[in-house]
Amino acid sequence: MSILIDENTTFIIQGITGREAVNMTRECLDYGSKIVGGVTPGRGGRDVYGVPVYDTVREITSKERVDGSVLTVPPAFVRDAAFEALQNGIRLLVIVTERVPRAEVAQIVEFADMKGARIIGPNCLGIISPGKSKMGGIGGPAANTDQAYRPGHIGVMSRSGGMATEISNSLTAAGFGQSTTVSIGGDAIIGSTYAELMPFFEADPETHAIVIYSEPGGPMEAQLAEWVKENYSRLPIIAFMAGRFMDAMPGMRFGHAGTIVEGKQDTAAEKIRRLNDAGISVAEEIAQIPELVRQRLNEGKGQP
Amino acid sequence: MRFYEFECKLLLAKMGVPLPHGGTASTPEQARQLATELNAPVVLKSQVLSGGRMKAGGVKFADTPEEATNAAAEILKLPIRDQLPVCVSVEAKAAVAKEYYLGVTYDALAKKPVMIFSDMGGIDIEQVAEEHPDHIATQHFSTLVPYTDFRAKELIASLGITGGELTALTGIATRLVRLFQQYDMTLAEINPLGKLEDGSFVVLDCHLDMEDEARERHQAVLDALGISPDETRQGRPPTDFEIRGAQVDAVDHRGVAGRVVEFDGNLGLVIGAGGGSLTIFDAVQKYGGKPANYCEIGGNPSVNKAMELTKLILSKPGVEKIAVIMNVVSNTRADIVARGVIKGVVESGHHPAEKISIFRIPGSWEADAFKILGKYGVEYCDRSVSMSEAARRAVEKTGA
Repeated sequence: MSILIDENTTFIIQGITGREAVNMTRECLDYGSKIVGGVTPGRGGRDVYGVPVYDTVREITSKERVDGSVLTVPPAFVRDAAFEALQNGIRLLVIVTERVPRAEVAQIVEFADMKGARIIGPNCLGIISPGKSKMGGIGGPAANTDQAYRPGHIGVMSRSGGMATEISNSLTAAGFGQSTTVSIGGDAIIGSTYAELMPFFEADPETHAIVIYSEPGGPMEAQLAEWVKENYSRLPIIAFMAGRFMDAMPGMRFGHAGTIVEGKQDTAAEKIRRLNDAGISVAEEIAQIPELVRQRLNEGKGQP
Repeated sequence: MRFYEFECKLLLAKMGVPLPHGGTASTPEQARQLATELNAPVVLKSQVLSGGRMKAGGVKFADTPEEATNAAAEILKLPIRDQLPVCVSVEAKAAVAKEYYLGVTYDALAKKPVMIFSDMGGIDIEQVAEEHPDHIATQHFSTLVPYTDFRAKELIASLGITGGELTALTGIATRLVRLFQQYDMTLAEINPLGKLEDGSFVVLDCHLDMEDEARERHQAVLDALGISPDETRQGRPPTDFEIRGAQVDAVDHRGVAGRVVEFDGNLGLVIGAGGGSLTIFDAVQKYGGKPANYCEIGGNPSVNKAMELTKLILSKPGVEKIAVIMNVVSNTRADIVARGVIKGVVESGHHPAEKISIFRIPGSWEADAFKILGKYGVEYCDRSVSMSEAARRAVEKTGA
């Protein structure tokens, strides 16, 4: 199995006629994703690699089932596009766009809660359930995606889109496929944190272990550590912590909008301490991750 | 983006929040004039972008214009955490009876803004939360429903405050939320908020942070404050090298190649993207390497951008070699980065095989990249070599 998306998931792309979105459409179609339409206001009636383009979301949702939407519109239009998708009953939004102010992210998340919908991102590359579907640019062209991602039993969550692929690739090379890899986004406020996605992996009998990529800044790693302790998770978790050098440079932003050391709790060192304290293994480098996964699975944990 | 205290007060004044009388001075003479006009004992405060001014000697009191002149002269030449003040504020000293705290920020887990109130102002709010939890009240609020007076009233009344004090505090709290929302702040804090002996309230110190992503939307107000778009206001002011890095990134809109942070080592880094850069930088340091810079490339930058970034890094004194390392790329083309980097090395008057310690960008168009690199004799590797191992090889070749 997989989480969030599988071979039956239908989705649309908002902002489909943008340069990067056109490439993404092609890559997702080649991978086998079911894209049922695209939306760019004023471009209705065209098509992108055979995917019909509409002016409004409602034109698509009024005639067929739409499970999700990928948003690749410029930052100033993200809130409107998200509200349009949510108002029309779409329950899974992947927001790719970078540089959305958190006031608007908070509004989108609040409206999504009212509608019972889930947000992934912003500032992410999307979701992939290898061999089934991918929603977003994660993995790139289909041939590259197949090289890095294989179906399997490891759930991956990453604050960096590029590192989601790097880590999945290292797992694949060691013979560990992935159930689902989620690029959760690099912003200070994101729609779904590690801890919020854990129940999905926990409920998926095909997922046997979790690997996360984390960074300094924000309370998400501490939240995961608390979740693991409180919920007696069956899943062994292996974490990689990048940006250790940042501990000596408070107030400086590196990499992602959410990556800044403002207080002691934001540092890599403190996060590693909390993760370890919750029984989460922290790898010193990416290449160690597959071996740690093997060790933890051999301890007998992870089976549903 | 952090604001100086005097800028915060100008923004608070626009919202109708009560402030002490006074202004700012760039010279001791201006401070004398302000003190003379105020005709009262004054407080002078260093305008720097860091806390702890009182401890550092950046806050002084003066009873006469002469004392104010001397105090201003001292403050203006006193660096605090390596920063000289941009000016000194001169304000009438308030007769404070009691101090409060009001703050608004985002709670990243609740994904909502949170209003914080305390009747113990003047000290760090985290210390109050730890030592006196009964003197602090917090309240999440909606970003879709307007924040109106009754919410602030409920919060403040929950600490037992009533009468005229409750009404006055309610008005200030609601205005602070309005400022927070209207200008895309990530933190808006009044600490302390002083209640004077006559019962009126006045902001004694405050702190505002605007979301970097929202700066363009508030250009008019930033212009009015005289804040230019290239003022980063990070932990320290940008170096010339960093400013030139930002210019490289602005060359065209294709991808990212820039976001440079300067260090003083001998190994230039052409690395990416967001998470990849953090991972590689750590690895270089772990193997004893001395990075000359941090940077980010990603999002499929043009040949031109990769070239300019390479030239910039090679122009930095002390850079012996560069390492070109990225995570497995999806949309960035390895061949384009390879062409840009080689062009940059050649145009800087060096041999690619000698200057490029290692090239590791696996993923899209890697075969074309390898062909180009092979032609110039540059050492490269594919995904079977980890990012960390590539960093180790680069350090080994360059030396510490």
